[in-house]
Amino acid sequence: MIDLTIDGRDISVPEGTTVLDAARLLNLDIPTLCHDPRLKPYGGCRLCIVELEGVPRPVTACTTPVAGGMVVTTESEQLYRLRRTVIEFLLSDHPNDCMVCQRAGDCTLQELAYFYGLRDNRFWGERRRYDKEDANPFIKREMEKCILCAKCVRVCGEVQAVGAIDLAYRGFNAKVCPPYEKDLDCEFCGQCVAVCPTGALTGKVWEAQGRQKDVKYTETVCPYCGCGCNITLHSVRNRVIRVSSRENTLNEGWLCSKGRFGFEFINKPDRLRTPLIRRRKDGPLEPASWDEALGLISSRFEGIKKEHGPDALGGLSSARCTNEENYAFQKFFRTVIGTNNIDHCARY
Amino acid sequence: MSNNIKINVCMGTGGIAAGGDEVMAAFDLELRKAGLEADVEKHCAVHRVGCRGFCARDVLVDVSVDDVRTTYQYIKADMVPRLVEEHIIGGVPVEDWVVGQDYHDFHDRQEKVVLADCGQIDPEDIQAYLDVDGYKGIVKALSEMSPAEVIECVKASGLKGRGGAGFPTGMKWQFCAANKSDRKYVICNADEGDPGAFMDRSVIEGNPHAVIEGMSIAAYAIGAAEGYVYIRAEYPLAVERLHKALSQARAHGFLGKAIHGTSFDFDIKVKLGAGAFVCGEETALIASIEGQRGMPRAKPPFPAAKGLWGKPTVINNVETLANLPFILRKGAEWFASLGSETSKGTKVFALTGKICNTGLIEVPMGIPLKEIIYDIGGGIEGDRLFKAVQTGGPSGGCIPVEHIDLPVDYENLLKVGSMMGSGGMVVLDENDCMVNISKFFLEFTQSESCGKCTPCRIGTKRLLEVLTRITEGKGKKTDIDLLLDMANDIKDTSLCGLGMSAPNPVLSTIKYFRHEYEAHINDKRCPAAVCRSLLTFTVIENLCKGCGMCLRACPAGAITGEKKKPHYIDTSLCVKCGACFDVCKFKSVIKE
Amino acid sequence: MAGLATVFGSGAMTNSIAEVENNDALFVIGSNTTENHPIVALRMKKAAEKGAKIIVADPRKIPLVKFAALWLRQRPGTDVALLNSMMHVILEEGLEDKRFIEERTEGFEAFKAAVKEFTPEYAEKITGVPKEDIIKAAKIYASAGKAGIYYTMGITQHSMGTNNVYSVANLAMLTGNLGRESTGVNPLRGQNNVQGSSDMACAPTVLPGYQKVTDEAARAKFESVWGRPVPSKVGMTATEMTGAMIDGSLKALYIMGENPLLSDPNMGHTTNALKNLEFLVVQDIFLTETAELADVVLPAASFAEKDGTFTNTERRVQRVRKAIDAPGEALDDLEIICRLSLRMGFDLCLNTPEDAFLEAGSLWPALAGMTYRRINDNGLHWPCPTSDHPGTPYLFHGTFPKGKATFTPVPFVKSKELPDDEYPFVLTTGRVLFQYHTGTMTRRSKALEAVAPEAFVEINTADAENLGISTSDMVSVTSRRGEIKLKAKVADKVGPGVVFIPFHYKEAAANILTNDALDPVCKIPEAKVCAVRLQKA
Ligand SMILES: Cc1cc2nc3c(=O)[nH]c(=O)nc-3n(C[C@H](O)[C@H](O)[C@H](O)COP(=O)(O)O)c2cc1C
Ligand code: SF4
Ligand code: SF4
Ligand code: SF4
Ligand code: FES
Repeated sequence: MIDLTIDGRDISVPEGTTVLDAARLLNLDIPTLCHDPRLKPYGGCRLCIVELEGVPRPVTACTTPVAGGMVVTTESEQLYRLRRTVIEFLLSDHPNDCMVCQRAGDCTLQELAYFYGLRDNRFWGERRRYDKEDANPFIKREMEKCILCAKCVRVCGEVQAVGAIDLAYRGFNAKVCPPYEKDLDCEFCGQCVAVCPTGALTGKVWEAQGRQKDVKYTETVCPYCGCGCNITLHSVRNRVIRVSSRENTLNEGWLCSKGRFGFEFINKPDRLRTPLIRRRKDGPLEPASWDEALGLISSRFEGIKKEHGPDALGGLSSARCTNEENYAFQKFFRTVIGTNNIDHCARY
Repeated sequence: MSNNIKINVCMGTGGIAAGGDEVMAAFDLELRKAGLEADVEKHCAVHRVGCRGFCARDVLVDVSVDDVRTTYQYIKADMVPRLVEEHIIGGVPVEDWVVGQDYHDFHDRQEKVVLADCGQIDPEDIQAYLDVDGYKGIVKALSEMSPAEVIECVKASGLKGRGGAGFPTGMKWQFCAANKSDRKYVICNADEGDPGAFMDRSVIEGNPHAVIEGMSIAAYAIGAAEGYVYIRAEYPLAVERLHKALSQARAHGFLGKAIHGTSFDFDIKVKLGAGAFVCGEETALIASIEGQRGMPRAKPPFPAAKGLWGKPTVINNVETLANLPFILRKGAEWFASLGSETSKGTKVFALTGKICNTGLIEVPMGIPLKEIIYDIGGGIEGDRLFKAVQTGGPSGGCIPVEHIDLPVDYENLLKVGSMMGSGGMVVLDENDCMVNISKFFLEFTQSESCGKCTPCRIGTKRLLEVLTRITEGKGKKTDIDLLLDMANDIKDTSLCGLGMSAPNPVLSTIKYFRHEYEAHINDKRCPAAVCRSLLTFTVIENLCKGCGMCLRACPAGAITGEKKKPHYIDTSLCVKCGACFDVCKFKSVIKE
Repeated sequence: MAGLATVFGSGAMTNSIAEVENNDALFVIGSNTTENHPIVALRMKKAAEKGAKIIVADPRKIPLVKFAALWLRQRPGTDVALLNSMMHVILEEGLEDKRFIEERTEGFEAFKAAVKEFTPEYAEKITGVPKEDIIKAAKIYASAGKAGIYYTMGITQHSMGTNNVYSVANLAMLTGNLGRESTGVNPLRGQNNVQGSSDMACAPTVLPGYQKVTDEAARAKFESVWGRPVPSKVGMTATEMTGAMIDGSLKALYIMGENPLLSDPNMGHTTNALKNLEFLVVQDIFLTETAELADVVLPAASFAEKDGTFTNTERRVQRVRKAIDAPGEALDDLEIICRLSLRMGFDLCLNTPEDAFLEAGSLWPALAGMTYRRINDNGLHWPCPTSDHPGTPYLFHGTFPKGKATFTPVPFVKSKELPDDEYPFVLTTGRVLFQYHTGTMTRRSKALEAVAPEAFVEINTADAENLGISTSDMVSVTSRRGEIKLKAKVADKVGPGVVFIPFHYKEAAANILTNDALDPVCKIPEAKVCAVRLQKA
């Protein structure tokens, strides 16, 4: 364990801990833009700077490992000034688009601009102009809003191991893009969208569907494969508009393209809305009331059971229904019908 | 005719560019014609040698007859027959072509260690290096010293890194040696990205074995078995000589397994850099060798703890490494006796700009700036006034005339707001605009920023924009303060040395030449008459002969006037291209 | 998962997903993990980065091969020969875990005799995997400190799927890779609640918690809670039901949330069966191909519109929560079943999902310690027998439910249908990353549909050349059961002689071609291997 002092408070942390993690253990709020605990330290945005006693320049908390006897200051006038300058630099090259930006209200950059009161900007100058639409169907890439934190690049390489995007060009023209600036063509896991702190990467599927303040969040489990990823449903006015995932879950916030983007079926107009009944053999399926439908099933089941015995009936349940529903289904067959003719289709 | 004749032809990149190859060939041909088989016969040898620093005078040729050496300058192939006939056969030097006193001044005031053998020995022949005691340093280390003793020796010598940061080399090695690992690496940083710098190139072209020997010493000291030379691809000659030297060193058992019969194994790979300035930064360089984008990362961990492939790594500059054989051979005390109190040894500089003798020089640390400029450099070109000297490459600073007596070493340069850097030295005179100079350097650093960190990526761009508007006469009263604010904050927040030092030119020019900024901003005037947007071109009526040259040259049709009558420039149409100023034979167009 | 249950007395993933990261070696057989279990695959990639060695055994050059230390391209349907041979090598080299075998297993000698003949040379002939690679794989797996096996339907969906599972279990037992962190035998479940629906016993032989219907004591326990007699006769599996529909002995079928028409092998056969029913009820969220044949269709709520729990592939029971109301008059499945039951004169007494959950827990000790509150944040891994039990991320620490685990000698049996002159290619089926199952959900996503809009048949470059087929050509694929037409994708992802078709697409449903031959124990149809013929259409 290493002992150090942060803002006058003593703390003891395991070797290899970063100053940022140590400070967070003390609930100190150091601003960050390029840090993600799931990714390797990067040190690009420079917001997390802190002062170390005996070190002339500020250092970035996210990249600096703790050392015994370190004395750290996370807030000072000079640090405030420097952080403010850094944010001001970022904003000087950022489109004034918060009015219609998908991320408004949920954007780290906007948040910082607000807390640092950056209405004016001393540094207005040339802005990068990128207006090419990326043709992929999932991810909207507005690279003018990109702050080059490289989280997307790192998640794609370090976590997804796909490496579909990288930094290209130098200096002010540095840019995140797929090789040769082609359209994105990848696994479309949307991990990059999930980590982007600005509106540079958003989902096309949830574009202009609802503002943060109207959104209701529901924690649940992905309906697709057996991984059982935890997802958060964003809903507005009884429509699911987006899926996200929290970091502190078994899937660490990562999802695949189906889990993240494949929720449209919930809201589709061709969902079944009423029971349907075939009133005559080979006739069409026609809407019916629950009463009529359940009445019909009950009488037919009872009739067949009476005539041919309970084993002339069978039930198939689904690996996509809940435990409770599956439990009820087999209980129904075993108690009410009186047969063990019950299976689920997917035995794998 | 004497039977002891040696001919050295300068075949550095400068020499070759000036026609060294042809000169070589001409000697060969002429000697053959004269019945002297140069390559075969012992008594007459033609050598290619590396750069001796005075490239402006190339092709330089030494002709030694009975060990009396005569140096010729500006030699071309067609001049060779006369040299052979009159000097070599006739025994009488061709006085017209012999170098003058300035050549000797240029050399005599220098103190050569690293460059001592450059320009004297054939870099493509290991024997030439062995003849001047080459590889004795590593042999001494291997046979007489423990790795710890080697490190102690380097520490005692006081050698500091010549790549820019000036970190004590012995200390760096000690850190690396202390880190246990199954593998360690030595990297030679030969990226040399500073525009106009060519000291590292010259060392490798002129004496590649010294660098190889230096790397071997470092490897032995820290316990590495593998080394890399990271060299820019734009240095084809250096790369070629390096490869030749490596294979000769292997053939002579100075590289490979069980070197000198000990258990020390070491070999070196060459890795070509794509020429990005930032790839000279050590962590970016390592990323580049690993095949990643050349982008610096935060330190700590330092390469000495986690470098190439995550293993402890020592990375040193070419010049640093080339000093090592001498330190081992001649001892730490000898090295420490050179230089100033705090900075030991010598430093190689690339002297350029408005100075008579431009070229590569090696001087002891602590030499007064004045001596470099006037005694070695021969003073300012023409009879113009010295204004400042810019040191430390694109991210260094400007030193004004009031510091002309400054002893040049790491500490003093920092004290006056500049730095040693890799050793660029650009002399500026009254015709240089300091705002424009800092803009020039910012243009370079800004475009070479890797873009990883915010202050450097956007900040240097903003600095450049403000400087540009000042030079265009659009500066605002608050701009100087804005520049200072930005510059200081960028220095404090950038990730790597590039961003940390990029604002230096701005800061030091504001410090010493604030009045020039003010003239641009307040009076919309460029005192050195450099910033075109601020210039007015006028014809002085009584000097104008009415030849019409300017009228024809003007692309904007801003000039009117009849033949033989004074011409007139309409400033509202003038685009300030300066074409009229350049073409007027009678100096009757003035700019101010 | 009958196979695993027989061996260990429990048939689920033995270890948890998070543990994958810390494996020293991973043996991934018959699982296209990156496409089918992408999040498990992330952990595999991380393990590889941390230095673990991945061995992939798959007839296709699946994306995970890129991260693998070794790739074995076995012929489809030859897994047992490969596995037996690896075990042969392990025994030859003395790499088995003798203490584990001694203390925790039974049946070793018979097993040992059974793998005797599987020399690498012999296995090479059957599997097509070079013998050196078999030896290498055996050594990597057996000498790793912590080695895990991962598989999916690539292993189970064969007529001898149960044998495959026995084999995999043998391998883990032989090397003592069980009952410790980051080891185990790990079937990756294809759908989000396969584990849960197995646990909840929508199965003909068992009651919830794998308690046999033939076990009187178990029945008595359930009867006392349910208040009604429980039938003791083993019921029919899904595939047997299809047969019974054809022969007319099964008259009525109630399908909840499935689309067997597309998902089951031999589609023509399934259609005839369903049409032959007297009465078909389908309960679903869309009017699926199966629902179109129904007499009554009931509108159900989707996962976003209901409360309950799912149990994922690592036995973690997690909460499903209602975000929005179901459309129109649609109801959640639980309510529909309860209402129907009431209508038929019996109150299931499952008024809320939690009622059902707690009742299941009262009958199955592995769930007994869980409540909705306890699983609120991150769920719990069963078994969790008491209210203070932390759950069980990995099974069999110290002991197996049935005491000792049993080695099962597994002979190599050929697939039911092998290529011949008339049908010279082996067809295997599977999934693609962007689609799911029969596409009911994913094919309604504009974006997913845009990147994976149509079925294709993957053909090896050499085969394609011989047949004069190039990418995007329409090809007709014919088996003994039917024919489909679809586009060709020529690549070396599949080996020569093998073709691959994803089964999501009804326009070109792979299951028109596949074989419904059954595994004798598990009654899983052989969807993975059948013989086909290709022709440029
Ligand atoms: C932007 C930047 C460029 C650099 N370029 C070079 C270079 O071209 N050559 C070099 O030797 N060092 C260069 N350095 C310094 C290296 O990072 C490093 O300090 C040096 O190679 C260490 O060697 P030394 O201790 O022998 O000086 C550069 C540093 C920065 C920040
Ligand atoms: S969607 Fe996934 S694979 Fe594609 S670029 Fe983003 S992180 Fe990479
Ligand atoms: S796109 Fe987003 S995540 Fe990627 S570098 Fe830009 S701001 Fe960061
Ligand atoms: S200071 Fe400049 S060159 Fe250095 S890391 Fe930052 S952006 Fe890159
Ligand atoms: S969060 Fe530390 S530099 Fe960005």
